[in-house]
Amino acid sequence: MALNDLDLTCRIGSAVLQNPVLTASGTFGYGQEYESFVNLHRLGAVVVKGISLAPRRGNPPPRVVETACGMLNAIGLENVGVERFLAEKLPYLRGMRATVIVNILGDSVEEYAALAGRLDEVAGLAAIEVNISCPNVKKGGVAFGTDPEMAAAVTQAVKGATRLPVIVKLSPNVTDVALMARAVEDAGADAVSLINTLLGMAIDSRTRRPRLANVVGGLSGPAIKPIALRMVWQVAKAVKIPVIGIGGIATAEDALEFLIAGASAIEVGTANFVNPRACEEILAGIGAYLEANKMTSLRELVGSLAI
Amino acid sequence: MPPYQLKAQIIRAETLAPDLYRLTFLAPDLAAEAKPGQFVMLRVGEGADPLLRRPFSIHQVTASGWVQVLIKVVGKGTRLLATLALGQTVDVVGPLGNRFSLHTSHHICLVGGGVGIAPLYFLARELQRSNPPAAVVPLLGARTAAELRPLADDFVALGLTPRLATDDGTLGHHGLVIAHLSELMATPAPWIVYCCGPYPMMRAVAKICREQGWACQVSLETMMACGLAACLGCAVPAADLAGPYKHVCKDGPVFGAEEVAWL
Repeated sequence: MALNDLDLTCRIGSAVLQNPVLTASGTFGYGQEYESFVNLHRLGAVVVKGISLAPRRGNPPPRVVETACGMLNAIGLENVGVERFLAEKLPYLRGMRATVIVNILGDSVEEYAALAGRLDEVAGLAAIEVNISCPNVKKGGVAFGTDPEMAAAVTQAVKGATRLPVIVKLSPNVTDVALMARAVEDAGADAVSLINTLLGMAIDSRTRRPRLANVVGGLSGPAIKPIALRMVWQVAKAVKIPVIGIGGIATAEDALEFLIAGASAIEVGTANFVNPRACEEILAGIGAYLEANKMTSLRELVGSLAI
Repeated sequence: MPPYQLKAQIIRAETLAPDLYRLTFLAPDLAAEAKPGQFVMLRVGEGADPLLRRPFSIHQVTASGWVQVLIKVVGKGTRLLATLALGQTVDVVGPLGNRFSLHTSHHICLVGGGVGIAPLYFLARELQRSNPPAAVVPLLGARTAAELRPLADDFVALGLTPRLATDDGTLGHHGLVIAHLSELMATPAPWIVYCCGPYPMMRAVAKICREQGWACQVSLETMMACGLAACLGCAVPAADLAGPYKHVCKDGPVFGAEEVAWL
């Protein structure tokens, strides 16, 4: 069986992605940064760096620090703002025939709605991913992502402002992630993606100072994979909408675990920093696994966990 | 299309001094593209710990496709890279970042501290090979003679006369290499200073250059996760503190000293 006989498609609301391998927002720039390494049009989607209404300069350095099997970041949502994204970044992605999902973030329900409304006017986007979970900015971010009512309010506002499928990206920094997932599902979300980074910190014992200027930051990388996998499994059982798995995925084997746990698609994050070809290697590995197990469709694998 | 990623065969692994290593690997496409000031990201092993690649200035390249970096051991990752042996491979991404811009009509001073000497040697080689400027004066410093001598000897082999300084006084001036910079002040010439080394050294050099009205380019080092302008982890404050941050991997690593804030 040729690889192209495999049905790798996955559905996110009204959008059909050609395969389940997406890039995680904030780890793949606006796509062009990886043009030497990845055929962007072959990815399920490029999820771009989170976009706000106005440009943001981000946090002071140091912004990143390596930890055991992972890294902490406190970038602070530095981005070019929606208008420069549309004028300077999106045309390149369109030219490369990439499937584009725009990650959005805001300080208020109104800002999320305004962003969604602005993107609704734009041709050629596959979906919007709503970042309600970034832990780095004092205002907004974390409050939306940890309060089910606030998360639902943002979801509803975004859904009301756009016809595009809406993915809500969930924070792991909550007691019951399934509760959050159900809250945004009830508010109209077309899918959920999880997990965003886990709040962490690192200290230099010589200077007794935090290693990040922001003091705390988001933990990502292989270190968080077991937690992410557990949360994806819990959420997949709790909701009917598609779940996109994120968290420490570096190899096809990692991706398969998330798909088996119930994720319809996955996002590759920190692994892009280490291996810029990670996304395409993972895609090839998923295809090879389906073939080896005589499956013709990705859907046969999703949620096939045997307990 | 550069940057390239490849598993490069190690063709030379040298111990220059305790904790100072020189690694040479075969990467012809990368070598052909590389310019003085650019850097590479080396992966540390295949596993997840240490996770991230480490950035290294390119020390020299050859027409035969060799690429060389200097590795100062500062932790687990650099220790593992330093112990790579002949015949093993290293996963490399590069060349990355911008380059020193050349002003060969000026008298040129290269100020390097420790492993920061690495990109200045690449620059010196290029300066000497093409239309050499009237003066190329390397000022090189390190902690000890053991660290400094092998690096300084390479500049001598180019026909240059480096002025040296060590922290312990075992070679050259006993103290900071910037002491030599004041000697240049007596020379009435339009100097351009290229500088790479510890932050306090670069800050001091930038200050002297500003006072003297000399052009100065610095090569900055920061924590860096990707080297590809994706993570935005390598931010440094611009001279305009209210403006956007500069990113070492994309806007740099070479900056005009007046472009960045010296805090």
